[in-house]
Amino acid sequence: MRLDAVSKKTVGKIERLAESVIKSVKGRKNPFVEIPIRSLANVHFDKKKGVVQLGSQTQKRYFFNVAMAKKFMQTFLVSDACKELVESGKTTSIRDLYYITKHTIGDTRQNTFEEQDESDPIIEDLEVSLDALREELHLFASRKGSMVGPVTIRDSGDTIDLRRMGSGGWAVPSIVEENVVQLGKHEARYILLIEKDAVWSRFNEDKFWKREKCIIIQGGGQPPRGVRRMVQRLHAELRLPVYVLVDNDPWGFYIYSVMKQGSINLAYESMRMAVPSARFVGLSSFDKDKYELPMNVAIKMDDGDVARARQMLAYPWFADKRWQREIQEMVRSGVKFELEALSRRGISFITEEYLPKKLREKDWLE
Amino acid sequence: MAAIKKAAAKRKVKVPAKAERQLSLIEVAPASAPARAAGVAPGKVTVKATAKALAKAKAARVAAAEPEAELELPVEPPAAAERTPRRRATAEQMAKGQREISISEFFTKNRHLLGFDNPSKALLTTIKEAVDNSLDACEEAGILPEITIEVRDLALDVRGQGELTKGEGRFVVIVEDNGPGIVKGQVPKIFGKLLYGSKFHRLKQARGQQGIGISAAAMYGQLTTGRPIRVTSRTGKGKPAHAFEIQIDTRKNDPTVVSDQEQKDWPQEHGTRVELEIVADWRTGQRFVNRYVEHTALSNPHATVHYLRPKQERLTFPRATDELPREALEIKPHPHGVELGALMLMAAESRSHDVKGFLQTAFSRVSAPVAGAILKNSGIKERLRPRELGEDRALAEKLHKGILATRIMAPSTNCLSPIGDELMKRGLVSFLSVIETEGPEAEDDGQLDLDSAAKKPVRRKGKAPEPAPPPELPPEEGEERIKGHKYFIATVTRPPKVYRGNPFQVEVGLAFGGSWPADKTIELFRFANRVPLLFQRGACGMTEAIVKTDWRNYLLSQPKGSLPVGPMALLVHIASVWVPFTSEAKEALAHYPEIIREIQLAAQECGRKLATFIRKKKQADYQAQRRSIFELYIEEVAGSIHRITGNSRDAIKRDFLRVAEQVTEADLAAEDKKLDEASEKLTRRPRRRDEEAE
Repeated sequence: MRLDAVSKKTVGKIERLAESVIKSVKGRKNPFVEIPIRSLANVHFDKKKGVVQLGSQTQKRYFFNVAMAKKFMQTFLVSDACKELVESGKTTSIRDLYYITKHTIGDTRQNTFEEQDESDPIIEDLEVSLDALREELHLFASRKGSMVGPVTIRDSGDTIDLRRMGSGGWAVPSIVEENVVQLGKHEARYILLIEKDAVWSRFNEDKFWKREKCIIIQGGGQPPRGVRRMVQRLHAELRLPVYVLVDNDPWGFYIYSVMKQGSINLAYESMRMAVPSARFVGLSSFDKDKYELPMNVAIKMDDGDVARARQMLAYPWFADKRWQREIQEMVRSGVKFELEALSRRGISFITEEYLPKKLREKDWLE
Repeated sequence: MAAIKKAAAKRKVKVPAKAERQLSLIEVAPASAPARAAGVAPGKVTVKATAKALAKAKAARVAAAEPEAELELPVEPPAAAERTPRRRATAEQMAKGQREISISEFFTKNRHLLGFDNPSKALLTTIKEAVDNSLDACEEAGILPEITIEVRDLALDVRGQGELTKGEGRFVVIVEDNGPGIVKGQVPKIFGKLLYGSKFHRLKQARGQQGIGISAAAMYGQLTTGRPIRVTSRTGKGKPAHAFEIQIDTRKNDPTVVSDQEQKDWPQEHGTRVELEIVADWRTGQRFVNRYVEHTALSNPHATVHYLRPKQERLTFPRATDELPREALEIKPHPHGVELGALMLMAAESRSHDVKGFLQTAFSRVSAPVAGAILKNSGIKERLRPRELGEDRALAEKLHKGILATRIMAPSTNCLSPIGDELMKRGLVSFLSVIETEGPEAEDDGQLDLDSAAKKPVRRKGKAPEPAPPPELPPEEGEERIKGHKYFIATVTRPPKVYRGNPFQVEVGLAFGGSWPADKTIELFRFANRVPLLFQRGACGMTEAIVKTDWRNYLLSQPKGSLPVGPMALLVHIASVWVPFTSEAKEALAHYPEIIREIQLAAQECGRKLATFIRKKKQADYQAQRRSIFELYIEEVAGSIHRITGNSRDAIKRDFLRVAEQVTEADLAAEDKKLDEASEKLTRRPRRRDEEAE
């Protein structure tokens, strides 16, 4: 089978990693894999680019070290499996990969992997150390998210008109790279990322996208990589602004921030996933007054919520005055609201009044 | 009135018996002092053994009888006048009932004092007395002992077929040695007369001491079965073997030779064979005997011991060395160990012209200047006759104090014959080799306590062969492989020390690991002058010393106030010309602080060796485990890299393994260094108490 350029490159990276180990042991040295550290300490916010980026700190994973030997071994089991996937042109889930690489070691009772929780971080380690994306390794995570809008795409050679997707929408695959998904003709003016599936359904049923000429997409809570990458591509390639509609709670703010500047864990992919210009259109902490939401639709914040909110006050990407006010107001009032709270004002209040007004008045945060 | 007379008459009958009992006790008192002076456990010697002494004692008894009897019996009215008890008997009446009791008669009534309390213990005691004699004789003659111990159940037929006796029954005990033999004329006295022997009159480290044991065994046999002791002995090549049957006249304490035959075709060139028919209980007594035999083999690595038991395979403990133990020299008592009564007696018997001469000849380490110093310290004139000293208590006491006030060189220690640490080690190895093989036999009757340890691995092997252990690391230093089980063996022989003028020497050995159970209290083997102590473990000073030692320092667990727990057997041996026992049965060591401390020091020294070993072993185990993990992972990694790069899997593996060796060796070396430093610290920094003693 002939490989495309990306796959060739990926295979080459895996082979070089293995060869570096051979070289080490031939030279009687303790072999290692160098892995950029993926923790808050090695992540910084690039103000200029508006994204979270991985620092330069790396960690060496040695084989001849009791604490690291197993992980070292696992790294190569995963590398081996990925190389095979890439070469055979197949894609699989990370859960599948866990089963592919799991077996009993020698005649012991020890397994190469005991849990999927063990193999997932190894995959992320491999991504960063190879500087190859998960998609390039032919792996995908669980698939969730759906999308409709005035746009035509090609997915694995099939032309799909996202204007005719019925009530369910197009399921966003985990891998939406150019070699799989190509964007076609569109009439969209903007992209709306909605936190929740239920709210997205309202927007779809009300044909909000048709009326407003926008693409609506949802990721079932924290959007998976596929959704984020899709939003980023739509934004970058079709030059469309991105609006984010989430609950009024710390988790909603966080979803917005991840879409805007990337996550700590996947900081290495921020450039490909983040849309620094994404706008937050609600639900704002001040909307309860502006849209006269009664207090009986509010949810009391628990200790975890308050702590999380306080933590966010310290994030550099929330340093803006307006964001500080927003978060402080949430902490002060001690309540949070779900998007569905707006339905108190009428079932289509959100699609017919709330969002149009927000956009009209440019009542958003950046 | 008649009733009163009757009662009085009854009492008359009773009283003499009572008086007699007391008499026998009275005799004990004066005799014990010289006994102790002579370096023997006191009390056992109620009557002196020589004819002369016997006569003397008789005279003394006659003299003592009257006043003593008066003192002891409630004939005198109490101080209060209103209630005057009636006189029950006159001295003359009482004198009629007073007569000599023979030592044999005394024994008949008090056989528990000598270890013949019950049939199972009697079995052990009989064997023990005979074996002790054999070993002593061989060593004195300079012959490497080869001893056969046999127990025969008379319920079995000649071929050993039939039902074993349950409980009490008739048994024959046979002990045969290759010793120097016994001169024909002496045989009857040695075996048929209590308190006849060679060891009593000297201060020398030996197993037997009073010359009481074997004849007591003979008497026990005679009392319980009516059968005489049978002794066969031959003194050399050209001489015929003589077989005797000897009965003891228990009244006169004299032997009666029942038969005396020359035996032509006795296979031994020289040696002695003793056969005793006794009532014994093999079923319950065998475990004592087993233990005794094993432990005797252990503490006498120069002896070969054959052991034949009913319905069981012959068992042989081969000797671990061809070297006889150092001969223990006879010594004179040290002045610091002498007690006042003994001093008086020695003085009275002295043939010296003056005290100075007496001191110089009767004691060790007393030179003319030392004797002068003693006399000066006690304010006694040099020319005083020893006999006067023997008669004048005040004078003797002055001398006694003077002796204690004088610095005198410690007694010579060449009277001691320790096992020695090297031989103790070899003894342990050969002992373990035998008991490790004995496992399956023991399973049926559950007899040897030791075998419960040895059983397990054997049984396991029977069911499913254990997977061959991974390529073994070379045994650690001090580790011995015995029948596939690894034991760590450490032994310590302390330098001789002196306790109240008596030299003694302590030795401790330990065997750790192997098939000893790891979750049980350690096995403690106690020995005094190479004789195993099997009873009264809790009352023994050796136990106390081991319990008091903090074994947690040496990486064993130890519940408060008890022996440590771990896979270990600990051997404690004390060698001395006079071993202080708590009782006549010679079953437990008395709790003398000097001795206990010495045992503790030896145990600590052994413990430190053990701790170093355990630490190293743990480390090595860890390293081995680590290496095996690496090896497993290497397999995986090599496979993956081979598939990724196409390079030869074996080549990759080889490269990895080469690095593994280098890396783990370096780690090991670093760990070793750390350990050595740690253990050196431990050895260099003993407890303060230890330092004092050093």
